[in-house]
Amino acid sequence: MSLALASRRAFGLGATGGLRAFGLGALLVGVLLVTVVMGVGIGSVPIPISTVLEVIAQRCGFGGEATLLDDQIVWQLRMPRVLGAAATGAALALVGVVLQSLTRNDLADPYLLGISGGAAVGAVSVLVLGVSVGGLLATTMLTLGSFLGALGALGAVLLLATGRAGDLPPARTVLAGVAVGQVCAAYTSFVTIMSGDQDAARRVLAWTMGSLAGLRWDSATLLVVVAVVASIAVLAFTSDLDAFAFGESAASSLGVSVNRTRWILLTGTALVTASLVAYTGAIGFVGLVVPHVVRLLVGPSHRRLLPLSALAGAILLVWADTAARSLIDGQEIPIGVVTAVLGAPVFAVLLRRERTR
Amino acid sequence: MRAVDITWGVPERVILKGVSVDCRPGTVTGLLGPNGSGKTSLLHVLAGLLRAQSGQVYVGERSLRELSSRDRARQVAVLEQHAVTGLDLPVRQVIELGRIPHRGRWPASRTEGRDAIDRAVRLAEVADLLDRRWQTLSGGERQRVQLARALAQEPEILILDEPTNHLDLGHQIDFLTTVRRLGLTVIAALHDLDLAAAFCDQLVLLQDGEVVASGDAAEVLTPATIHRVYGVQTSVGPHPESGRLHVVWHHRVPVGEFSEPVRSAAPR
Repeated sequence: MSLALASRRAFGLGATGGLRAFGLGALLVGVLLVTVVMGVGIGSVPIPISTVLEVIAQRCGFGGEATLLDDQIVWQLRMPRVLGAAATGAALALVGVVLQSLTRNDLADPYLLGISGGAAVGAVSVLVLGVSVGGLLATTMLTLGSFLGALGALGAVLLLATGRAGDLPPARTVLAGVAVGQVCAAYTSFVTIMSGDQDAARRVLAWTMGSLAGLRWDSATLLVVVAVVASIAVLAFTSDLDAFAFGESAASSLGVSVNRTRWILLTGTALVTASLVAYTGAIGFVGLVVPHVVRLLVGPSHRRLLPLSALAGAILLVWADTAARSLIDGQEIPIGVVTAVLGAPVFAVLLRRERTR
Repeated sequence: MRAVDITWGVPERVILKGVSVDCRPGTVTGLLGPNGSGKTSLLHVLAGLLRAQSGQVYVGERSLRELSSRDRARQVAVLEQHAVTGLDLPVRQVIELGRIPHRGRWPASRTEGRDAIDRAVRLAEVADLLDRRWQTLSGGERQRVQLARALAQEPEILILDEPTNHLDLGHQIDFLTTVRRLGLTVIAALHDLDLAAAFCDQLVLLQDGEVVASGDAAEVLTPATIHRVYGVQTSVGPHPESGRLHVVWHHRVPVGEFSEPVRSAAPR
């Protein structure tokens, strides 16, 4: 047995598709690392890559001669934002994969299904009610409010869209999601403006179109933890999600406890979305587009689709955020604008495919 | 597999009214009945996809309710009437779905179950389809691939919901011949009475959620019963050349106007 074959067997990658996915995974890990370093370097004050690496090395205890200013920009300002973006992108892509497979709907994504909007409603409500306490309690309250909002929105969409036979017709699900999402966005905008904030207009945009500008080390760490936990947890469901390929009844005949799996995954999806939205606002299109592109490349098997989507989502969102904060001098574009410009064309293609099917 | 006094319904209507079926190991049971008579519902109850409101299903000595869904899926495999997916799946991956009940929760080696898959591929005769994609397959090919998926589950019981739908005559015969050769306990909903008579060890005839006849083909397929259940006047008898039981229909008869067929060949 050749060495290549032996290693393929060892990794359980029998088919060439598996090898390809493995190669793609390695490539994406490399691209993600480069993306993070470059993302930290790019900005109103450009930092050379060598300096970025030096600061990272210094912070990791390898010593170095980076200046305090460089350290401030690289480590205190940009690094949490870039890592937070990567975590958010990865988690959004995972949530998108899970929702698409679970509802067997090409157009499922936390933003389109109104879950992100609901989370924003919860988060804004908590902020307006004025949680003046700081630290962990505030974080918990914000995430909890966001979670309740996300669950409420998801529940409303499922209630509106579920047919008599307990099915979820794709078109109706998306319509229900858009309706719920719009109501949520209206509430979020209204409450934010009525809160009398000087900066209200900007904050409305941050909630409804997303913004990573507020990320600091504490919130970025939380997002990274969420993304890592979600990635690991979802790996336990690869077979279950595969089993949904031919529908719920087929999944059940393959030994999947359909109701339990659906309940766990939908709640988990709402929880992850809520944690993201509480700190980044509602960012669209990532959860929709990334899974489709990855699926085209490696096929629908979840053991490949999930990890690769997470990597691709991370890369995409770091670049989208880098563009959002550096395309126009001295001003931030809401990140949702960037993801919409990238994602809308893909969305249009999917809609057309849905129609011809 | 044995079902005792199964009742199941939706809020508006009782679909299965105390149905009992007994399938001996290794035999093929044909489930007959008009559209809406409850065949699919009964199959779903037998497969554990629906939970009977009353009554029990036994797999061997054990009640289906005692089995976890995973254990159930290792013993009972199902071919549904319509296998539909929007995904662009390679045939090999469709067949590998059958290994899910045997796999652990975390991704394991792909070599798991390779023997079972190879065997399923051989039995269902789909070796030439392995590199195709699901969406490009014809109806007959899809049916064979789903059979291979079901066999990859290494079940003892195979439940088929109108497996010969959308197949031409040749493929219907091929498919049922393959199924017969497996030696598994098979329960299949069928529409074609001649095929049912030719390929099944016993027949169960459903009407409005009740068993109206069961036994071997000659006992179940009598002109009187067919008239009562389907509203069609027929002659039933062994075909002069093949010797198999054969149903010839004459005309639609409103229920209640049954008259002895003109040229009735007496059942064996």
